Amino acid sequence: MATYSTNQFKNGLKFIWDGDPCSITENILVKPGKGQAFNRVKMRNLKTGRTLERTFKSTETVEAADVEEMNVDFLYGDGESWHFMEPDTFEQHAADKIAMGDAVNWLKGQEPCVMTLWNGSPISITTPNFVELAVAQTDPGLKGDTAQGGTKPATLETGAEVKVPLFIEEGNILKIDTRTGEYVSRA
Amino acid sequence: MENNNWQASASLELIKRRARMLKDIRAFFDTREVMEVETPLLASSGNTDPHIESLQSIFRGQHYYLNTSPEFAMKRLLAVNAGAIYQICKAFRDDELGNMHNPEFTMLEWYRPEFDMFQLMDEVEALVLALADENIAAFTRYSYAQVFEKYANLNPYLATANDCRECAVQHGIEQPVGLDENKDEWLDWLLTQLVLPCLPSQQLTFVYDYPESQCALARLSKNKDGVVVASRFELFYGETELANGFHELVVAGEQRQRFENENKIRLDEKKPAVKIDEYLLSALEHGLPDCSGVALGLDRLLMALMNCGSIDEVLAFPWQRA
Repeated sequence: MATYSTNQFKNGLKFIWDGDPCSITENILVKPGKGQAFNRVKMRNLKTGRTLERTFKSTETVEAADVEEMNVDFLYGDGESWHFMEPDTFEQHAADKIAMGDAVNWLKGQEPCVMTLWNGSPISITTPNFVELAVAQTDPGLKGDTAQGGTKPATLETGAEVKVPLFIEEGNILKIDTRTGEYVSRA
Repeated sequence: MENNNWQASASLELIKRRARMLKDIRAFFDTREVMEVETPLLASSGNTDPHIESLQSIFRGQHYYLNTSPEFAMKRLLAVNAGAIYQICKAFRDDELGNMHNPEFTMLEWYRPEFDMFQLMDEVEALVLALADENIAAFTRYSYAQVFEKYANLNPYLATANDCRECAVQHGIEQPVGLDENKDEWLDWLLTQLVLPCLPSQQLTFVYDYPESQCALARLSKNKDGVVVASRFELFYGETELANGFHELVVAGEQRQRFENENKIRLDEKKPAVKIDEYLLSALEHGLPDCSGVALGLDRLLMALMNCGSIDEVLAFPWQRA
C-alpha cells in the first residue's frame, strides 16, 4: 500500500480520507521554530466534490489514492448509465447516477467533460463550465414585467429546471453556468 | 507562456530596503562594540533538536550538515573570550517551506556575556526600534504562563495533555490528526492556534519563561511561584515568530544529556539520530562565560518592517526560483 507522509503534501496530491479519495487544494505549514510542525490542509472529496479542512501532525502518513483524470466526450444516457468516449482511443466508459451527480442536468451529447476514475472506476464527471440548452417548457411571461427582474421556472431539454427571466420563451437557447446551475443569458 | 522565473521575486524597493537594514544592523552593533564574526555553514555535526531537520551535503564521501543556526560555533568563540559577538548568516532547515518559511533563510544571531534574558530582550527591542522607519507600537512582555492564562485560560506548567485537549474543545480549536498524549505538542498547537492569534496584530510581544520541557539550550531557573522554567524567550510580531533567545546553558554534562535525550526522541519518532557536536561540549567543559544569546530571523523582520504577507516578497530568489 503506497503512503504519503505530510512532507510530501502539495496541491493536487490524492489520498484516501474517511474512505473516500481526496485531492489537496491547499497545504499550509504551521511550525513554531522549536516546536511541533503541523500541516493545515484543505482537500476536496473527489466523490462528493465537498471541500473539507483537516490538520495533520507532521510525521503522520496517509494512504495514497489511485486516481486519474481523463478527457472524454459525452455520448448518451440510458437512464441507468451515462456513456462517455475517450476522443483519442474511442474507448468507452460508463458512469452511474452517483458518479454523475449534477452532471446529468447539463449534458445532451458531444460535450467535452473530465472523468475522474478511482481504482479504474468513474467516480465523478466535471462538465464544461458553460453549456447551451433549449427551453422545453415554461409558462408565458407577463408582458411589461421585465423591468421588475422577476423570474419563473423553466424546464430544459435535459429535464433540468432553472430559474429564468420572465421574457424567456419555449424554444429559446440558454447559456447556463453548470457550477452554480444558474441562467446566464440567451445564447 | 514566457517563463519569468529568472527574475527576482522581491521588488527592487525591498531589495534596497534589505540592504539598508543590514547596514543599520552593522552600525547598531558597531556602536555597542559587539564584534561581527563568521563560522562554518557546513559542519561535521548537526542539530539534534527533534523538531528541526538539518540539510546534508557530501564532501569527499563524508556527510556534513548545513547549519540550522550558528549557535554551536559561536559559543566556541565565547569560550575563548571573544566577548560580545554577532553574526549575519544563512541557516538551512529541511521540510520548512511555506508562506512564512524558506528552506534557506537569513539569521542574525548575537551573544552578550553577563547579560541575563531580560537585558537581552531590552537590546532586541532597541535594535528593532533602530531598524524601523516608523515608530513601532510598544513592546509587551508576558511570561508563557501569563499569555496562556490570559488567552486560553490554562496554566501551561500544570496542565496535562488532556487539559490541553479540553481547552481546544472549549475554544472550538480543531484537534489535529495524530496529536495524542504529548503535552508539549499540544502546547505548541494551542500557542499557534489560540494564543498567538489573540496578540494584537502589528505589535511586538515577548513571551518568556517557557516550560522546562521546552528548554532547548536555555538554562533552567525557578520563577516567582517556585516553578522550574526555561530561561528562554521568543519575540512575536502579531502572531509571527521573529526571534528566539536563551540565557544560555553552560554546563557541559547537562548539555550532553539534552543532546542524547533529543537523539532518543528522534529514534522513537523514526528520525535519524544526528551526530552530537563534541567541539561544543569540549568548549563547555573548558568554560563558557555566563551569557545570553538570541537568533532573529531577518527575512521575517523585513516582512514585519515592510508589512509583507509572504516571505517570497522579501527574498530576491525564493525556493521556487533558487
